[in-house]
Amino acid sequence: MIEFDRVTVTYDGATEPAVRDVSFTIPEGELALVIGRTGSGKSTLLRTINGLVPHFTGGTLAGRVLVNGRDTREYRPRDLADVVGIVGQDPMAGFVTDTVEDELAYSMESLGVAPDVMRRRVEETLDLLGLADVRDRPLTSLSGGQRQRTAIGAALTSHPAVLVLDEPTSALDPQAAEEVLAALQRLVYDLGVTVVMAEHRLERVIQYADRVIEVPGGSAPVSTGLPVDLMVTAPVAPPVVELGRLAGWSPLPLSVRDARRAAVSLRSRLAELAPLRQVAVEGRELARCTNLVVGYGNVTALRGVSLTINAGEVVALMGRNGAGKSTLLNALVGLVQPRSGSASAACMDPRSTKPKQLVKAVGLVPQEPADLLYAPTVADECAAADSDFRVAAGRCRALLDRLAPDIDDQMHPRDLSEGQRLCLALAVVLCGAPPLLLLDEPTRGLDYGAKRRLVGILRELAADGHAVVLSTHDVEMVAEVATRVLVLAEGELVSDGETATVIAGSPAFAPQVAKILAPLPFLTVGEVAAALGRAS
Amino acid sequence: MRTVNHLTLPRALHPGAWWLWALGLAVAASRTRNPVLLVLILVIAGFVVAARRGDAPWANSYVAFLKLGLMVIGIRVVLQALLSTRSQGNTLLFTLPQIPLPDWANGVKLGGEVTAEALVTALYDGGQLAVMLCCIGAANALASPRRLLKSLPGALYEMGVACVVALTFAPQLVIDARRIRAARRLRGRTRGSFRTTAMPVLEGALDRSVELAAAMDSRGYGRTAHVPRRQRRITGASVLLGLLGIALGVYSLLTDAMAFPVAAAALVVGLLLATGATAIGHQRVTRSRYRPDPWALPEWLVTCSGAVAGATMIIAAARGVEGLVLPGPLVVPPVPLLPVLGLLVGLAPAVVAPPLTRSRELVPA
Repeated sequence: MIEFDRVTVTYDGATEPAVRDVSFTIPEGELALVIGRTGSGKSTLLRTINGLVPHFTGGTLAGRVLVNGRDTREYRPRDLADVVGIVGQDPMAGFVTDTVEDELAYSMESLGVAPDVMRRRVEETLDLLGLADVRDRPLTSLSGGQRQRTAIGAALTSHPAVLVLDEPTSALDPQAAEEVLAALQRLVYDLGVTVVMAEHRLERVIQYADRVIEVPGGSAPVSTGLPVDLMVTAPVAPPVVELGRLAGWSPLPLSVRDARRAAVSLRSRLAELAPLRQVAVEGRELARCTNLVVGYGNVTALRGVSLTINAGEVVALMGRNGAGKSTLLNALVGLVQPRSGSASAACMDPRSTKPKQLVKAVGLVPQEPADLLYAPTVADECAAADSDFRVAAGRCRALLDRLAPDIDDQMHPRDLSEGQRLCLALAVVLCGAPPLLLLDEPTRGLDYGAKRRLVGILRELAADGHAVVLSTHDVEMVAEVATRVLVLAEGELVSDGETATVIAGSPAFAPQVAKILAPLPFLTVGEVAAALGRAS
Repeated sequence: MRTVNHLTLPRALHPGAWWLWALGLAVAASRTRNPVLLVLILVIAGFVVAARRGDAPWANSYVAFLKLGLMVIGIRVVLQALLSTRSQGNTLLFTLPQIPLPDWANGVKLGGEVTAEALVTALYDGGQLAVMLCCIGAANALASPRRLLKSLPGALYEMGVACVVALTFAPQLVIDARRIRAARRLRGRTRGSFRTTAMPVLEGALDRSVELAAAMDSRGYGRTAHVPRRQRRITGASVLLGLLGIALGVYSLLTDAMAFPVAAAALVVGLLLATGATAIGHQRVTRSRYRPDPWALPEWLVTCSGAVAGATMIIAAARGVEGLVLPGPLVVPPVPLLPVLGLLVGLAPAVVAPPLTRSRELVPA
């Protein structure tokens, strides 16, 4: 169905090719997963499939890409629209119309499909993706999962043979990600659509993949293979695979179900052992909310939230998209005005404190990390951050190198990949080393390596007496780093407690290791390894 | 009776009907400076919006345009006070300090005495413009401009999409600017410069438009049947010329800028050019349309009610019916019966337009 024949893509003005000498074939009806480090060229690879690279982006493509027998050298993206449907990283950015139904019909209108056929396909797609309830809603009013499903539906209505998705679940909460993946599975199994998908969150998708395409970046060759074979050695791997490698299971399990079956003996070995956990050394109080109520227009985002955060804690803020997580973080830095109640950070009212003074006490990395970046090059940005926070020159760059090595000094921040940009924004804020550090979805678009480095930095900060609050959907990250978990729902605090007690029992929030080893209280592969090490 | 002709069966009215109705009211407003009639038009538009608007985000635009109108009135009155001359009336309200201007600015006066007549005239003039703005606001609230562009003839489709994209970018820029100003606090900076506010906003907008263009391209936007380039250029040019003619004709009919026959001729030629070119251009369009808005009885009724309101005022103005123009600024405005009745016809859409399907409610089994 898709055939890459010695494909090399070089963008205009770049010295190195973005992808080099790629050859593989994806047969009809497969789900192919593209994995690789952040910024390694996954998006470029996906966009060559429908000819956006090079027709739209410019640059030179050497070699040949055949899709359903059509050569992308001769067909423009618009002429491939009936064969390839593509869904970008941010579904909102690709919407052309106002409402769900119109959006679903848009590609068919462009292709000139007959009105009665269009009507029928829209109804079918609404049912297939479970969108019938929101069919006439404006797109801006949809939840993240609904938006992503609408974008998939919009690509599907023209009945393409190939569906290409770029990180379809990375911005979604676990429940919404389940919805989207269930929909994708139906497409592959029932309708025989060929799906090519890039995703960092392997723990969510690896079990559905028929084939894995690994893009290592740099000059290393692209390799393809069966998920089981590639996972044995792949540098990026989900916890279930890491646990399998640790326990020496063969064949390597890819799903929680398979791993649970293989884990019978491991569970009995671990039964006597308890995980060793770092106990948070509770220090002085760094933030406090009392009956905090925040609203926008006639929407109440937070309804009476009360909490305190102490030095030395790493607090994870979880909950659905739109549950009020970002609002709570914004209230702590004074970006929103409480309707009633109060929020204070480091004993200051963040609304009335001067920004210059406030950043010494609280730092926030917003959801859109690019908002923090102004400079034309990475080097300038780092220098500006050093002078903004009055720290020794070079500190920001050193932090950046720890988070994401080999980012070119002369790159424009907007040309970085989403993950690299986030690392830069993180480095800028971490550079001030504020006692209270707030991170709004810091793991979107980050690969396992960058996440591991981030975890290391956060642990160090907590040990130095900083408090960290991170809002996230990434349960594996929470299990690794958080000492305490807060769950928000509809603007109210529904649970607040130690990580193990809050997430282990929940079907949505439990990390893979907890699901495999339940009822044992282990959360991460690291804990299991440490316990086994002590036992032997 | 066909279902589309039912007045009570919920469905969205054709956006063109709403815009024509609003245009009728705006024309009516352009013919008078009588505040009673102006306020009446404002109330009629507001009432229909309240009765028939949906719950979409753009449905609040009537209020936004109302605010804009108030601003127009404010600016007009303040400017009049600053630049007023003694020529208008004798009722002195107060005197501002006068700033002497050099000789070359002879005839312009800054400050000085402000008369009640001057202020009231400015108020009424501003009011007229404000009411016309509110009519546009009403059309916006009842039918989003995007939906209107959807029903454009196929030959104009690509131009229409460009307009739509431009329309959605303005509000998005405001949201972005607000977010980036907030983010500046996080870097500990209080004052912004062009570089720290405008640059990220513009870069973000550019990024988004490139992203959108890529999405549209990969979804088949711009697939056309093959037509010789020369024919394509000629059709494009004649559509533009035609539209220009129409705009010129309508403008001069409304403002008496040209003699009536010239204006009418411009309008007719423009219409002919535009329709002809559109018909030819239609050949190369391979697009089809999903659930096109029907044009049936309710659409005719709504359009007619707007047309009646507009026509009454035009005829009344041409015949010199008393009460459309005030004899002097400081008299109590009269209530002319015939124009009022004509305007009240404009209320009809509150009843004859089918109600909207509200967002899905649970239907009892």
